[in-house]
Amino acid sequence: MDEGQLSRGTKAWWWVAGVVVIVYALFPVAWIVSLSFKTASDLGTGQFLPTTWVWDNYDNILRGDAQDLFLSSLRNSIGISLIATFISVVLATFAAYAIARLDFPGKRLILTTALAVAIFPVISIVTPLFNLWRNIGLYDTWPGLIIPYLSLTLPISIWTLSAFFRQIPWELEQAAQVDGATTWQAFRKVIVPLATPGVFTTAIISFFIAWNDFVYGISLTSTDAARPVPAALAFFTGASQFEEPTGPIAAAAVVVTIPVVVLVLLFQRRIVSGLTQGAVKG
Amino acid sequence: MSVTEAPDSVGSAAAQPAPATDRARAERRLGWYLAGPAFVVMLLVTAYPIAQAFYESLFKFRLTDPDAREFNWLNNYLVVLSDGVWWQAVGVTVLITVITVAIEAILGFALALVMHRALTTLRPILRTAILVPYAIITVVSAFAWFYAFDINSGFVNSWFGWLPGISENTNWFGEFGTSVTVIIASEIWKTTPFISLLLLAGLAQVPEELQEAAKVDGATWWQRMYKVTIPNMKAAIMVALLFRTLDAFRIFDNVFIMTQGANDTEVVSFLAYRQTISRLEIGLGSAVSVLLFLCVVLISFLFIKLFKVDLASARGER
Repeated sequence: MDEGQLSRGTKAWWWVAGVVVIVYALFPVAWIVSLSFKTASDLGTGQFLPTTWVWDNYDNILRGDAQDLFLSSLRNSIGISLIATFISVVLATFAAYAIARLDFPGKRLILTTALAVAIFPVISIVTPLFNLWRNIGLYDTWPGLIIPYLSLTLPISIWTLSAFFRQIPWELEQAAQVDGATTWQAFRKVIVPLATPGVFTTAIISFFIAWNDFVYGISLTSTDAARPVPAALAFFTGASQFEEPTGPIAAAAVVVTIPVVVLVLLFQRRIVSGLTQGAVKG
Repeated sequence: MSVTEAPDSVGSAAAQPAPATDRARAERRLGWYLAGPAFVVMLLVTAYPIAQAFYESLFKFRLTDPDAREFNWLNNYLVVLSDGVWWQAVGVTVLITVITVAIEAILGFALALVMHRALTTLRPILRTAILVPYAIITVVSAFAWFYAFDINSGFVNSWFGWLPGISENTNWFGEFGTSVTVIIASEIWKTTPFISLLLLAGLAQVPEELQEAAKVDGATWWQRMYKVTIPNMKAAIMVALLFRTLDAFRIFDNVFIMTQGANDTEVVSFLAYRQTISRLEIGLGSAVSVLLFLCVVLISFLFIKLFKVDLASARGER
């Protein structure tokens, strides 16, 4: 669309539409931020903004009573999500390379399997794992979550990466082979550098998915040893039994949302192309 | 998904399937060496558990009473299917899925149109904003919406007190209709960005010349929408709807945080969770899990057969 031709009125309408979208996307986030700065007595006012802004809730989760619960879950979430992301991106990189560049029977089988795994109801996996993990000692451990997290992160990684890899000009790889490189060398020296942005984007999307998990987190853990943040949020309790844990939950929610927002701000263009290429040719 | 043919595959090997040359054989082996581990891991983390779930669903088995474990054929399924609790959960899940996906399709399409046509200065800002709900933890979204409507800490009652039916004392989580409304609102807010990004990619595929031609022929905005835009992005729409339907059908987080299944808001995933994790009824819980799995398979099958969702074209495989 040639924007020079737009009348001032039309332009104004686009700005209005844009502002509506931004308010839609950010309003609940603004609310949880506002909530996290309220004092306990301020919660019941029915107002959107706090009457006095205080850091008490952050103090509570980072240094106070709730720090054991929150900080250990933060450590668990970061560690488990990063390891699960790393494993699935490594596995998916090899698989996607094979799918995009090599001719072998079973390509279709692998992509179909990835799709089937992606739509799998998580809770159907939890039920058998709950019992199995208890028997073999993986219940409430990091590996006990990392393994099932692969069911979330691996399919989308394969899907997204093979879409990225299809777009790499693979004549370059052939050229390297003509120059005497083996298939493996061509992969390592030529394709890997070209593929890095796609791999990186896949890692971000995969991390979001692992970071978001609640079902596994709440079902396969029971203590601070492995409980991730989303599950821990559901277990927050107030300072006394008469006090709702609203403030600390809001503060913890804000803390775990910050990394996600930063990633989105830094890499929005890549994330969008990663998300859409996996499902629709963009 | 169709197997990608000649132009995309490595020339000589695809052109002459038999007899396989050494090079083709080596390539095939390398293909499986590279893709095999991912494939095996995917099977291990899904196929194996669901097989295990099916096996366990054939036993009468409660963790608190392991000695009483006995094989009882498909009895657990009979128990589940003849219980109103299951059908109630299925009903609520279907209700939430249908309403959520219907609203998201319209809202997501509107968002996609705004982003597609937005001024160049505005586009990156919109894209960043729209990614925030997508990337936020579902549980955080659930808490944000819960506290907004909650009778003690919310602002909704005081902001919208002038509307009929809403007052200072409206307890949104006190009955079925209002609870489900808030659950659906949170679900829609969180997942519409995903659908709108898929639709945006679909919009970008609609040839601009077709739009121009229709405009020259005097077609109105609505006519162009129905006759040009939507038919040309049908594949993208169907894929987006399929993914979101399956995703919505698995809804768990919002229900867990907001109502814990109170006021008949229990969904199928929550029922499975409650049987297995809370009540330790491994046999019954496994039966519910298997049934949920079958529901998901059925939905995918219906989408692919009835709506002819072509995943191959959607993936960009010609």
